[in-house]
Amino acid sequence: MYNAGKIITGLVIFVAIFTLPLWWQVGKAAQVPKPELPKTEKACVQDTAYMRTSHMQLLNEWRNAVVRDQDRIYVGKDGKKFNMSLTNDCMKCHNDKKKFCDQCHNYLAVAPYCWDCHLTPEQVKESK
Amino acid sequence: MAVNRREFLKIAGLSAALSLGGKAAFELVLPGQVDAAQMSRPPQALQGTHWSMVIDLSKFKTEADALALEKVCHKEHNVPFIHSKQNIKWIWPTKFEHAFPGLENQQIPAEILETPVLVMCNHCENPPCVRACPTQATFKRASDGIVMMDMHRCIGCRFCMAACPFGSRSFNFADPRRFFKDGKLPNPNYPTRTRGVVEKCNFCAERLAVGKLPACVEASKDGQLIFGDLNDPRSEVRKALRANYSIRRKPELGTGPSVYYLV
Repeated sequence: MYNAGKIITGLVIFVAIFTLPLWWQVGKAAQVPKPELPKTEKACVQDTAYMRTSHMQLLNEWRNAVVRDQDRIYVGKDGKKFNMSLTNDCMKCHNDKKKFCDQCHNYLAVAPYCWDCHLTPEQVKESK
Repeated sequence: MAVNRREFLKIAGLSAALSLGGKAAFELVLPGQVDAAQMSRPPQALQGTHWSMVIDLSKFKTEADALALEKVCHKEHNVPFIHSKQNIKWIWPTKFEHAFPGLENQQIPAEILETPVLVMCNHCENPPCVRACPTQATFKRASDGIVMMDMHRCIGCRFCMAACPFGSRSFNFADPRRFFKDGKLPNPNYPTRTRGVVEKCNFCAERLAVGKLPACVEASKDGQLIFGDLNDPRSEVRKALRANYSIRRKPELGTGPSVYYLV
């Protein structure tokens, strides 16, 4: 092999730089998101497991029902009635976007565009 | 086992008949039951099958009368005022000859020609904007006749704006929240729009759902604006239309506006 010294050194440097992000994080587990649940209410519109995995589908269904079918009342799992509205209902209990929504969304690096139009509880407070 | 042509056709015909019958039977036993049980209309919602508005032009004296109603609407729906051609309007006063081109002539009394005419989305019976929309973001709600928009689906192509013969639609060239001082919104219970979507009057669908009349109608004094169900012969709009001669904007286009004007 010609220039073995240079090639092997080069490869070692390349591997070291390429895997740097892994070494950098060794021993440090990424922080598990801890969304803060509302203290005033015990139950959401559906089970926690369903809400955790499928709240986005539920919100899409709610949007279609409200805008297209004039249905605005949703009967939850234990028969309780809810007004299908993100700002005026969901966020009345989950009243801190940073401590609830952003926890998981940031962890998973998703950026839903809800808040381009809908108002966060902070914005509602500021506007009043 | 060989299947001859005759047997093959018999089996194919039988399975086709069975599959059609099976689907029909399902629809008979469970017609969309799953959705209906969980979601319902609020009991206090106003009931109507063809919402319509009557605007009594004789009750508007100065432009200020009309501008007051515009202000109420735009506050209710967080519509910004932008000092340029990119302004956004849901309802606004215009001149008689602009609202009713072709109807004006030199002999019309000056007070009529100078009356400010409030114009807005006409919630047409045959809306051209709905036909133009490639994503069904704009659609005519079959249950109450309102031409609605689903902002989530709007891709900002503006075909609807080109299709609307009344110029009732506005485009958000920029984030509308920029135009409110310190980000303070006039009505925090109603969302804003975002950059790149079209918007227009929605006949206050969100207010009808909680049993309130549209904001402009509520704010109008002594019957300037009348709102009601055009399909109900006892409604206020039908009473007003029976008692007076009314005109609509650009009737020759056949869009069938649901907004009527008493001259």
